[in-house]
Amino acid sequence: MIEFRLPSLGADMDEGKLLEWKVKPGDALRKGDVVAVVDTTKAAVEVETWQEGVVEALLVEPGTTIPVGTVMARFLAPGEKPGAAPLTEPARPAPLPAAAAPAPPVAPVPAAVPPPAGERRPVSPAARRRARELGIDPDRLPGTGPHGAVTIDDVERAAASPAKGPAPAPDRAAEMRKAIAAAMSRSKREIPHYYLAEPIPMRRAQAWLAELNATRPITGRILMAAVQLRAVALALRGFPELNGTWQEGAYRPSADVNTGVAISLRQGGLVAPGIRGVQGLAIDELMARLADLVKRARAGTLRSSEFSDPTITVTNLGDTGVESTYPVIYPPQVAIVGFGRVAQRPWVEDGAVVAAPVVVATLAADHRVGDGHRGAAFLAELSRRLQHPEEP
Amino acid sequence: MTITYREALRMGLREALAGDPRVFLMGEDVGRYGGTYAVSKGLLEEFGPERVRDTPLSELAFVGAGIGAALGGMKPVVEVMTVNFSLLPLDQIVNTAAILRHMSGGQFGVPVVIRMATGAGRQLAAQHSHSFEGWYAHVPGLRIVAPATIDDAHGMLGAALASPDPVLVFEYPALFDMAGDLAAASVDISRAAVRRPGTRATIVAYGACVPKALAAAETLAGEGINAEVVDLRVLRPLDMGTVLASVRKTRRAVVVDEGWRSGSLSAEISARLMEEAFYDLDAPVARVCREEVPVPYPKHLEEAALPQAAKIVAAAKGLFQ
Repeated sequence: MIEFRLPSLGADMDEGKLLEWKVKPGDALRKGDVVAVVDTTKAAVEVETWQEGVVEALLVEPGTTIPVGTVMARFLAPGEKPGAAPLTEPARPAPLPAAAAPAPPVAPVPAAVPPPAGERRPVSPAARRRARELGIDPDRLPGTGPHGAVTIDDVERAAASPAKGPAPAPDRAAEMRKAIAAAMSRSKREIPHYYLAEPIPMRRAQAWLAELNATRPITGRILMAAVQLRAVALALRGFPELNGTWQEGAYRPSADVNTGVAISLRQGGLVAPGIRGVQGLAIDELMARLADLVKRARAGTLRSSEFSDPTITVTNLGDTGVESTYPVIYPPQVAIVGFGRVAQRPWVEDGAVVAAPVVVATLAADHRVGDGHRGAAFLAELSRRLQHPEEP
Repeated sequence: MTITYREALRMGLREALAGDPRVFLMGEDVGRYGGTYAVSKGLLEEFGPERVRDTPLSELAFVGAGIGAALGGMKPVVEVMTVNFSLLPLDQIVNTAAILRHMSGGQFGVPVVIRMATGAGRQLAAQHSHSFEGWYAHVPGLRIVAPATIDDAHGMLGAALASPDPVLVFEYPALFDMAGDLAAASVDISRAAVRRPGTRATIVAYGACVPKALAAAETLAGEGINAEVVDLRVLRPLDMGTVLASVRKTRRAVVVDEGWRSGSLSAEISARLMEEAFYDLDAPVARVCREEVPVPYPKHLEEAALPQAAKIVAAAKGLFQ
């Protein structure tokens, strides 16, 4: 018997709303299969399983908001027979990890959830006009008219009893802002940051990249961002104190470099989903993963693992034009690397001042885990890596 | 004074004949036989053969004669026995009576009144059960009235005779034995009328469907739906002001039409509600019409083919569920 629980998809998440099951009882699952889509404050996330098995029962109705840790489904382990293990029905929310408040009751969301995208809820013309007068969103009201249409009575009923009316639509932008505020406040409250910066000449990296891209179609070209991500991952080999997480008062280094990539969203806000095992990825594979990640982040179809296990974050504000960035660590990680834009600058080379492409790399790191001396050595290694991009 | 719809029609005719020497009645069997539906019974004896004239069985001829008499200064009341036979003088009605004022540059009006019985419900089979009021209501130049009450049966003829242009009066044999109080000395032929006030749905009907609509409203009231019944009365020009005022209040409408649904008067009402009251509607406009078949002869099939109170009730409830 395998209990599939709602994972925490980031330090700032303590509940999520099940939007959709991607499996049904009887389905055989392999590691990494997407089981469900869960709405967090930041995005709709595809939640994966890390255990093999066969789906026995789905315990949560789509539309329900549940705390992290709630058993969402039961799987049969490979070879296990149905009913062999005691059942834990109905789904009980597990206690929130380290949460001060008791777990909120699992309340089904009222029937008045918005229909899935593409489905249009009928609203009578009169109801729509009345709703506009009253400042109510008629698309979120339960409809009692023909074919479930929202009628003028439904609108006036909702206006008359706002307390009993369905919850207002969550404002995604506001929710995300709250989530970012919580994570960043926690970071600045708990993490003693130190900051280092290092200008790095980029002529060799640019030349290497230009040669690599020269014979490629536009769609197959590698971006400098991928080169930088790879350099960070390779440079981290000698600096385990920068790649890991600080949890419950102790540092846990990570063997894999799971690099969170800060991606700004078009509607505002940002997410920092991760690419796993960057240290082992060839540049082409890394570029493909990066492109896919950005695309899915903006489409709102990220996977749970991408949120839950980054071990370091890279933020690149170069395309906005800034010279350098002093980023804030995303807890429970302990370091974040920033890149400004690659720009032509006066640079001393062989005793002469020349114009050269330069990027300023910055490191913000957790002083509880390591010291500035090691951080400086890391930036030096990063600089060397970027000047020898061909090295494995 | 309690009288029947038939007696009210006869009273209207008698008053018209007595009140104006230019008025005369002509049609098949209106004199010696007293009218196919006994509407003109006794009028020949009272007003003589010059004022109450039996005609040959040629609708084209005697409707044309009526139009000529109207052009000549008379006030003819032409009875086409039923709407089913009005297809024969259709050319006279549509191409002459309705249009002559236009064709003569306003020099000639045709103040003819053409009465005809219409509708089904009396087991007269497919050829004698048509409802073509909607067809005539299509034609500019005609005024179409449909008395559904004792007062209108009595008063609409006088109002029609006062019109300088052709008026078609549709009479409903299904209502001829309906009795009621005569309350009004005269009526207009320009406005629709609210026959029963209500708040939750508007039932728009005319002619023989008005009593069915009122019966439906009674049933609906027992089920918590307070329905308003609007009697169109005048099918052309439509008094949409009254209909719109009602629907804007109730926000729901059932249009009842004894004619076939396709291309019907109910289609016109429904379209205008959409055009002029779309944002007031809380449900799509519903319709109850004649089934799109020739009206069957067997009683149960005929009833099934026509609008009935139960169908109106079901349609009105459908606006809420």
